[in-house]
Amino acid sequence: MDAFLSLMHGFDVLLTVSNLGYMVLGILFGVLLGFLPGVGGANGIAILLPLTFSMPPTTAIIMLAAIYWGALFGGCISAILFNIPGEPWSVATTFDGHPLAKQGRAGEALTASLSSSFIGALIATIVLTFLAPIVAKFALRFGPPEFFSVYLLTFCSFVGMGRQSPFKVISAMMLGFAFASVGTDEITGGLRLTFGTEVLLTGFHFLIAVIGLFGIGEILVTIEKGLHFEGQTSKINPFIVWQTWKKLPQYWVTIIRGTAVGVWLGITPGGATPASFMSYGLAKRFSRNGDKFGTGQLEGVVAPETAAHAAGTSALLPMLTLGIPGSPTAAVLLGGLLIWGLDPGPLLFVEHKDFVWGLIASIYLGNVVGLFVVLSTVPLWASIMKIPFAIIAPIIIVICGIGSYTLSNAPADLVFMVMFGVIGYLFKKLDYPLAPMVLAIVLGGRTENSFRQAMLGSQGDLSVFWSNGLVGSITALSMVMLFWPAISWLYRRLR
Amino acid sequence: MSEGHDKEAQGEHGKAVVSYRTMNIAVSLTLMVVATIVMIASYRLGAGWAKDVGPDSGYFPFYVSLFMFITSGVTLLQHLLQRHREGERVFLHHRELMMVLQVLIPTLIFVVLSIYIGIYISMALFICFFMMWHGRYRWYKAVPLAVAVPVVLFIVFEIWFLVPLPKGPFEAWLGY
Repeated sequence: MDAFLSLMHGFDVLLTVSNLGYMVLGILFGVLLGFLPGVGGANGIAILLPLTFSMPPTTAIIMLAAIYWGALFGGCISAILFNIPGEPWSVATTFDGHPLAKQGRAGEALTASLSSSFIGALIATIVLTFLAPIVAKFALRFGPPEFFSVYLLTFCSFVGMGRQSPFKVISAMMLGFAFASVGTDEITGGLRLTFGTEVLLTGFHFLIAVIGLFGIGEILVTIEKGLHFEGQTSKINPFIVWQTWKKLPQYWVTIIRGTAVGVWLGITPGGATPASFMSYGLAKRFSRNGDKFGTGQLEGVVAPETAAHAAGTSALLPMLTLGIPGSPTAAVLLGGLLIWGLDPGPLLFVEHKDFVWGLIASIYLGNVVGLFVVLSTVPLWASIMKIPFAIIAPIIIVICGIGSYTLSNAPADLVFMVMFGVIGYLFKKLDYPLAPMVLAIVLGGRTENSFRQAMLGSQGDLSVFWSNGLVGSITALSMVMLFWPAISWLYRRLR
Repeated sequence: MSEGHDKEAQGEHGKAVVSYRTMNIAVSLTLMVVATIVMIASYRLGAGWAKDVGPDSGYFPFYVSLFMFITSGVTLLQHLLQRHREGERVFLHHRELMMVLQVLIPTLIFVVLSIYIGIYISMALFICFFMMWHGRYRWYKAVPLAVAVPVVLFIVFEIWFLVPLPKGPFEAWLGY
């Protein structure tokens, strides 16, 4: 009941004209960023972050979160109409979404995909509303060893659950940690790894890394394919929307399964992309029409979209309660919180109630508004996609540059952005995962600090990470995750 | 990727420049060099136990780069020992390399120029160049857009949100 009352208070905070205005603006920005290949939720928010520095934190986070919802919705438009996933989590949507569009049923596919995204997000938000305060209360008892073990679990999960070579996952992650350590050592206050240069004094800002890796890197990957868009036209009107809505309830099993997969993978740092693939795979296996998947089944659109959106939403739970983002986009939002002087973690729920509940309320409203805004503006977005890449690409690059510069008015950041762009391009093509690297850059300082504080407390005794049931079981689980690829390899060998 | 597809791609994109195997080896070697540099720097800083501080400044980066050295080393070995033809898959064809460089080099020029002559002028040049070279637009289509974008961004950033961007002599002449 507590959570419910707090939520009502949150709506009270949210419902001002300026907050609502920025929310709609955020959704429109988000859809634009979400469906253009080369810009996505993570670097879209990174670019727009400096613009929000002058706003009150609650308004700012509402707008940034709205960009996130918009991006989640927007990814499916280009996936269905153009067979080009605007975001990695809409790749699975193209499998059945684009065939539907080719059959002239784009309106149905879009309605089904947007509505099921909405349902997935709604259920995930309800979970978030009631679970987050409990997790936060529990986490209030955490000390440095507990926090370090949770960070350890987050990073080890990438190794255990990643599709890529575990060695590449660890290399990418460690490179991220190395980037994070450049600059000032937070504990001793001394400088390190600056190699006597001035530009490295302040270290690498993780938002520069995000803009470079996801923005510039993505453009390079896209341009290499010599992209040209071939779109299907979409006819969408209230009648088609209504007809599709009537069909959706029969897919309730798929919707619930997709949401469950999404919520789970969002809280653990799997993220929206694996969630969408897993949900699609499960639906294909268990559906009566499973063998027809890939030819244009509505169910094949519903499955990945519910999961992607549920994962995107529930990724905020560990971010708000523990300060551990479940996805790169959540990591960027976390960066925003830090810049506004809010320290994400269990205390946030005690010290900044207005902020937390205003944000959670905005998720509810943002998704409702998002659904209708996007449904009614589909033709507009479809026409923007027809603008040739030779015009879109330089504008995206220019905007990435502006976003990088405005973060700290440091010209060197522009060069770093291009450097991260090249790293992003190479890593993407060679299957080094970017998400754990970005998370390592974001969480590097906190991970290191909790480790060093824990060590100082125990006088260098590593057994502190097994000193009680809680920290011991999290550490043990991390080890299982870390060695999971080896365990499953051995298991297959022995059989 | 099937063989048929590769051949077709070769015809379409020109000669193969570099294989996945070579790129994997190059990148893992680079990561090992980076790891070595960070290890040496951290070791000099103190990678052990310091009195009253606990693990010293260099402790964390030292072990992080040690792990990076080891895992990149494994990746390197995997690709060196690889006899599988999957490794010979083409990473870049000539035409693709040209496409990437045609974006990367102008982007680099754009960011360096914007440090010296301001971002607005550089972006106008960049957009104009990109449209005419990459999109083969005539100047009367490229120039208006190349002027419009900086003007709109100028209004949004300098006037509306009061966020200063790098400016050069031209903006100074305008009084900003």
